[in-house]
Amino acid sequence: MASSVVPRGPATDPHAPAGVTAGGPAKGPGTTGAPPPSTGRPPAPANRRPSGWQRFKRDRFLLLLGLPGVFVVLLFQYVPLLGNVIAFKDYQPYLTIAESPWVGFDNFRIIFNGDPAFLNALTNTLIISFLQIALVFPVPIGLALLLNSLLSERIKRVAQSILYLPHFMSWVIVVALFQHMLGNAGLYNTWARMQELPLIEVIGNPDLFLALITSQVIWKDAGWGTIIFLAAISRVDLELFEAVAVDGGGRLRQLWHVTLPAIRPVIILLFILKLGDVLSVGFEQIFLQQGPVGLEASEVLDTYVYNYGIVGGNWGTSAAVGLVKGLVGAILVLGANKVAHLFGERGLYAKW
Amino acid sequence: MVTSTKRRPGPAKVLPGASRARQLRTINGAAAPNLAVRGLKGVVLLISCALVIAPFLAVISTSLADQAQIAEAGGYVLWPQNPSLDAYRAIFSGGVVTRATLVSIGVTLVGSGLSVLVVAFLAYSLSRPGSWGHRPILLLVLFTMLFNAGMIPNYLLIKQLGLIDSYWSLILPTLVSAFQVVIVRAFFLEVPQEIIDAARIDGASELQILVRIMMPLSRAVLAVVALFNAVSYWSAFFNAVLYINSTEKWPLQLVLRTYVIDNTAVGADLPGEVVPPQQSLQMAILVVSLIPICLVYPFLQKHFAKGVVIGAVKG
Repeated sequence: MASSVVPRGPATDPHAPAGVTAGGPAKGPGTTGAPPPSTGRPPAPANRRPSGWQRFKRDRFLLLLGLPGVFVVLLFQYVPLLGNVIAFKDYQPYLTIAESPWVGFDNFRIIFNGDPAFLNALTNTLIISFLQIALVFPVPIGLALLLNSLLSERIKRVAQSILYLPHFMSWVIVVALFQHMLGNAGLYNTWARMQELPLIEVIGNPDLFLALITSQVIWKDAGWGTIIFLAAISRVDLELFEAVAVDGGGRLRQLWHVTLPAIRPVIILLFILKLGDVLSVGFEQIFLQQGPVGLEASEVLDTYVYNYGIVGGNWGTSAAVGLVKGLVGAILVLGANKVAHLFGERGLYAKW
Repeated sequence: MVTSTKRRPGPAKVLPGASRARQLRTINGAAAPNLAVRGLKGVVLLISCALVIAPFLAVISTSLADQAQIAEAGGYVLWPQNPSLDAYRAIFSGGVVTRATLVSIGVTLVGSGLSVLVVAFLAYSLSRPGSWGHRPILLLVLFTMLFNAGMIPNYLLIKQLGLIDSYWSLILPTLVSAFQVVIVRAFFLEVPQEIIDAARIDGASELQILVRIMMPLSRAVLAVVALFNAVSYWSAFFNAVLYINSTEKWPLQLVLRTYVIDNTAVGADLPGEVVPPQQSLQMAILVVSLIPICLVYPFLQKHFAKGVVIGAVKG
């Protein structure tokens, strides 16, 4: 897989002669007396490389094609980055960003002075994140091992089709399904009332909120999460399994000595990504269910930014919280990746 | 489920030298698991699949059930005895659900169509090694995977652009994802350079090369990108919460939140009390929001594993 994705390593080399790899015979790199195109790769002398202006002229249509995409990325990804300056301003909705007065780090005080509502959001975020790493993360691994160990390809395929499906449902749908299955007037409690069984109060119960959202995440994405582990397993050389068998090992030993080591890099990679998301936990999911549960149990950093900033009108402070959250996330990914490199793993962006 | 599990290893796993009898009992040389282990696996798998399927089944059945059966069952049914489409007729007789469905369909079609074009164009312009500026532009795009600006600046941008309450506020911000550019670019890079050179000798322009050669050769990945975008445009909820103020511009997800999650009475003439027909109306709205996903799911499933692996492992 790896080799098929980056097929032309040498060609992407920045030092490769651009005229030879990209110009092509029809247009030519615009050099005078260029050697006739041969089947091999002539080691073009450095002075044959077309100048920046020549290459710009040659590639102008190519650049034109990329322009809309670059424009959208700049406008909707980079301009908002600049918009983060309002974290250092007292933003007034009736003034423009530039007109609003600078206030330095005043907006960050809510973070460093430990505003109770902010601390509550931070605590909830970290608890939910920890639960997701501890409880949600291993489920797809186990499920992938289970699916992989099935003898019947047909059963495996049917199970995969079923288990992947919830991933494509929006959070609105998932929350609605859970409410109608487990709500006080939902399917289970309706049935339990008729059978005179104990009712379970899950929806709108602050004590069970963590359990509810954790199980929703598992329900939605555990099946989907198996894909990448199954792909990693499928790349294992079959001879390794046979070698274990020849040495007298059974299927458990194959699992321990071949399958698990084979998926270890993927596990570490996904773990790193998960760590980077430690401050972003299921925004839509939690936002949709805040009403009946109350903010104390359900407020997380993202919903805090929304409730305090956009609903409450505290633009600058809220942007400061969002900015710190984003920075911490980026630092966590880079840091975790560094650690992965130290342990000799490929990590996140070894190829780039 | 377990009983249908034949002791038959998949063809790829058969050891070439082993006798047939041996092949039947071994997988990769190790003995096949015994009946108890296989039974346990089957039970775990069966329960997992049932937990996924059951809610969908209950929702679809309740939306189709008639009033008498819903009243008798106390709200939900697992199998409709006299299936009727009354609930669907009611929500599609005009009004908020009809309008929201049309809005969602429009946003989804325009958004995913535009998105796949813009992504393909950008990926193509970045797929030529040695072209002017491709490295800085690629880095510019990739950086957006690492850090995004946050909700408040995004909201202010949409506001400053005057896109509040416009359908474009639902389409434009998520038009280009760096991740999709990387995937499509990887596919374009796999197309042999000789084909492109040959086309250029024949006088093809860049646009012709892209439209006549690259895009047809990468049809599979473009289809997946389009479908993924379609699913995410169809499912987008929070952008609509932020940017859409007027109810008549609501997409279906907001209607779903209001009528199915918050239990606001559909039709607005009934009080908040949950009465049986209300139940099937709610379930019908839910089913309407499920249908497009289920329609594209088989196509998605055909290709997505590869896309996910490319994306996640990133080469």
